Amino acid sequence: MTLIATDDFKPTAAAAALQPRSRSSARVRLGPGPAIPFGMQLGSIALVALWTLGSALGLIDPRILSAPWTVLDAFRQLIADGRLQEHFGISAWRAGTGLVIGVAIGTVLAVIAGLSRLGEALIDGPIQIKRAVPTLALIPLLMLWFGIGEQMKIITIVLAVIVPIYIHTHNALRSIDNRYVELSETLNLSRWTFIRQVVLPGALPGFLLGLRFAVTLCWVSLVVVEQVNATSGLGYMINLARTYGQTEIIIAGIVVYAVLGLASDAAVRFAERRALSWRRTLSQ
Amino acid sequence: MAPHAVAVNRFTVQTQDLHRGFNGRTILAGLNLHIARGEFVALLGRSGSGKSTFLKALAELDHDVTGSGRLDVPENKAVVFQDARLLPWRTVLQNVTLGLRDAEDAGRRMLQEVGLAGREHSWPVELSGGEQQRVALARSLVREPELLLADEPFGALDALTRIRMHVLLKELCARHRPAVLLVTHDVDEAITLADRVLVLEEGAFVEDLQIALSAPRAPDNPRFGQLRRHLLGKLGVSAH
Repeated sequence: MTLIATDDFKPTAAAAALQPRSRSSARVRLGPGPAIPFGMQLGSIALVALWTLGSALGLIDPRILSAPWTVLDAFRQLIADGRLQEHFGISAWRAGTGLVIGVAIGTVLAVIAGLSRLGEALIDGPIQIKRAVPTLALIPLLMLWFGIGEQMKIITIVLAVIVPIYIHTHNALRSIDNRYVELSETLNLSRWTFIRQVVLPGALPGFLLGLRFAVTLCWVSLVVVEQVNATSGLGYMINLARTYGQTEIIIAGIVVYAVLGLASDAAVRFAERRALSWRRTLSQ
Repeated sequence: MAPHAVAVNRFTVQTQDLHRGFNGRTILAGLNLHIARGEFVALLGRSGSGKSTFLKALAELDHDVTGSGRLDVPENKAVVFQDARLLPWRTVLQNVTLGLRDAEDAGRRMLQEVGLAGREHSWPVELSGGEQQRVALARSLVREPELLLADEPFGALDALTRIRMHVLLKELCARHRPAVLLVTHDVDEAITLADRVLVLEEGAFVEDLQIALSAPRAPDNPRFGQLRRHLLGKLGVSAH
C-alpha cells in the first residue's frame, strides 16, 4: 500500500517539474471565465461609436437616423425652451401615480390571497386571466369606459403593474417557512403582528423582484398610452416629432426613456440591497 | 405561600388519559402526567415513540391530529425548538422581544443573562449555532413562562457547545423557575439536567424515575452510570 502511494506520487512530481505545460494538454475551460472590467458598458459604447463613425463618414442618412451631435443639439434646444422638462414632468407623474396605486393594490391582493384560502380562490383566478391578456389589448375597452383623459392612462398603468407585484409577492408569501408560522403561534402573536413581523418581511424579497418588473412595465405602458392619444408627455413629444420627421427629437425621447428605465431599475436594486441587508453574511 | 394556594397550584401541567392519533394510527395511548411547578422533567424516547407529538399537544400546536383526554397547561408557555427558529429579517433583540410591548429593557437583560450582551443589533445569520440557540432561550424566558417546552433543543449543536448550553440552561431554570419538559434522546443530557426522567415507548410511559443524584452530576459519578444503564435498557439499548 505504502509502495503504491509512493509510486503514485512520483509522476505528479515529475509533471510539476515539467511546467509550463504545453497548450494542447491544458484542460478546456467550459465556463465563461473571469469578468471583463467595465464589460457591461462595452457593448453600449461600441454601438454609440459605430453610430458616430457612420454619421461622420456620411454612411447614415440623417433622415433615417440623426447624428449624435444633432441629437445633443436637440436636447439642448428642448431643455432651453422647457419642453423636455414639461413633458417629462407629466410622464413621470402618470408613471408614478400608476405605479404607486398598482403596487398598493397588488400587495393587498397578494396578502389577502396568501393568508386566506377563500381570498386565494376569489383573487388568484382573475389575476391569472389578467396576466394572460396583454394590457395593451385592453386599451380600446378602457378608452370606451374612461375616455381618453388621464384616468384611462393611469388605469392602464395600474392594471399592468398589479400583475407582477401580485404574482411575486403571493409566491413569496406562500413559500414562507411553515416553521415561522408555528413559532408565531407559540409566541401568541396577534394576526396583525404576525403580518407585520413575519409575513411582510418574509415576502419582501419576492415583492422587490415584482417591483423591478413593475417599474419596467409602468414605463412600457406609459409609452403606449402616450402614443395612442395624448396632448402632453414624452410619448406625445415623440409622436409629434414623427409627424415632422424630426428623428433627433425621437431619439432624444428614446434616450430619456432608456435613462428612466435604467435609473428606476437601479433605484429598486439599491432599495433591495438596503432592505435585505439581513441577508448579508460575514464573508461579504 | 398559603397551604391551600400550594394545593391549588401545585401542578403546572396535568394530563389525564391523553390520546392522540394521526390518520387512524394511535400515537399517544392514554398518557397521565403531572408536572409540578418548577419541576424539570426530561422525556426520553426512541424516534417514533410519540415524544414530539406529546410535546406538540402540550404546546397546543397539534392542529391536524385527532385526540381526546384532559389537558391542563398554562396559558403562558414557551417553546424552544431544535432549530433556533429566529426570524432572519429581525435583529437579535427584535427576535427576543417579538410580539411584546415595551420589552426592550427586559430583552437586553435577558440577552445579558444568556451571555450575548453587545450582540443586540446583530442579524441572526451573523451568529453561530450555539449563539442562535441562546437567543431562542432568551426569547422564551423573557416571557417568564410557567412552562418551558423544549424539543431536542441542543440536538443540532456540537458536543462542546452542548455541554456549555447544559450549564446555561440549568442556571437559567434555577433563576426563573419554570416547569420544564425537555424532549431528548440523549440519556446523559436527561440525567444531567432533569429532576425526573420519563421514558415513552409506543405512546405510553414505561418509566418515571426521580433523579436523586447529588452534585456534581457527572458521568464519573458511579450512580450516574447506574441510571444511565437503567434508562438505556428501557430504551432497548444494552450498554456495557
